[in-house]
Order: sequence, then structure tokens, then C-alpha cells
Amino acid sequence: MLDTSAIGTKTEWTTVEVEKGSIKAFADALGDDNPLYCDEEYAREKGYPSIVAPPTFPATFHLPKPGLDLELSRTLHGEQEFVYERPIVAGDILHCISELVDVYERDGKRKMTFYVLETRGEDSNGSLVYTGRTTIIYR
Amino acid sequence: MSMTWQELKPEQELTLVKPPIEKLQLVKYAGASKDFNMIHQDEETAKKVGLPGIIAHGMLSMGFLGQLAQDAAGTNGFVSRLNVQFRGMVFPGDTVTCKAVVTEKNADTKTVDLDIWAETDAGKPVTKGQASITFHA
Repeated sequence: MLDTSAIGTKTEWTTVEVEKGSIKAFADALGDDNPLYCDEEYAREKGYPSIVAPPTFPATFHLPKPGLDLELSRTLHGEQEFVYERPIVAGDILHCISELVDVYERDGKRKMTFYVLETRGEDSNGSLVYTGRTTIIYR
Repeated sequence: MSMTWQELKPEQELTLVKPPIEKLQLVKYAGASKDFNMIHQDEETAKKVGLPGIIAHGMLSMGFLGQLAQDAAGTNGFVSRLNVQFRGMVFPGDTVTCKAVVTEKNADTKTVDLDIWAETDAGKPVTKGQASITFHA
């Protein structure tokens, strides 16, 4: 019987400081040489306070996953969404909170369980910067 | 490839071909993203959980799609939405081709919506979803 009792579990608020070095290392790993991600002077000329983070950068935040205690090697990433009010930039201090919003099962070759997490990231003024929605598959 | 809201037309197609994935890239991506799931590094771990071998992080392909969308926006806008389903596996040595097609334009919000997908073989998406670009007013 599928245990759905963890739905609604939330993490504490986690603070993430967005560092220039992390953005550069992430863009480099993607093989993305966009100067907005590595050239501070260029980013400032284009109206940003510092270098800009690529749209999948919250993948680096490594936030705690509420209500999940799974063996990592048996998990797969099923779906991912990021929605932005504005791009994340170096120097941002983001306050993030995640919630387990759904758990469901599907029968395939073997039974798989799907966990859906939603994350909200706000800046230090309390304004929403991004939301993330992650579906994790346990096989 | 930097485009403006006016320049992007419905049904317009965009393409980004990435260099073949190397194991070193997976090591770098694991380090940069702090994703230390060993199925992306170690054959033995990957096979133990029933995979054919090391597979690339799904988020790497999503990152490539983010690159395609942000390249289209250039400095005229930003990627305001990116969502994907991970449907197939990408292996070291694979060449990932990212494609997008403009599905909708909204003059009020200055947004352009795209269908996006990444494929390793033509016509067989491994990662598939939608993106929106919001252009600066």
C-alpha cells in the first residue's frame, strides 16, 4: 500500500548565497560560453548587477527533499520545471522552501513511485524569484 | 543567434548541436551541481541498478535546452520558464541536438513560447518540454 502520509511535508527555509564561482563552474560544465554567465563587466553593461545564472542553475542548490528517504542510485529524475520572475544573479541571497506536493504509483515493467516536490525561492526582500517543480521516480 | 521579440516568428525553428558528451563533462557537471548519484560516474553502480551503463544527468540535457532558449533571447530577454520530461537516456559519446519551435507570441507580456526537445537520434527526443522567453520592455 502506497504511503502518501508524507504529502504536505515541508522543509525549513534554507538560505542559498549565489556565488560567481558557482555560476562560472556550472556554465563551464554545461559547455555554455555565454558571456552573461562569466563576464561581470559585460553583464553590467547589459543592465544586470553581476553575472547571470543559467536557467537550470537551481540544480546546484542541493536543497533538502521533504518527506523523502530514498536510495539515491534507485532514483531517476522524471520531470523538472523552473519558472522565473527574473533571472538569478550572483550576489543574490535566496530563501528557499520545498514541499512534497504529491506521491503516486504507476505500474510498468516494475512498479515505480513518483514524488513531486515544489520549491519556492525568494530574494532578501521577500519577492519571489523562481519556483521549481521536480518529479522524482523511485524504481 | 540573439533575437528580438519581433524577429521570432511562429513555427520558426532553432537548433543547437552540442559536442559529444565526455565522461569528464559528467564529472564536471556532478561537481558543479553537487549531484553525486554514482549512476553518472560508475559503470558498476549503473549496472547494479539495471541500467546499460553510465548515463548522463538528465539535468545536463535540460541545461543544453536552457542554453538554446537563452541564446535565442541573447541580451534582449531571459528564460522565464523551462520545463521538461526526461524520456530517454543519454550516454557518454552521444551527440545531443537541441531543437525548439516557436508556438506562440504574446505582445502584452512580450513573451515567446517554444516547444523544446533534445535528441540523440533524429526524431527520438530524450528530453522534451516547453520554454518561454520574456523580452525586456
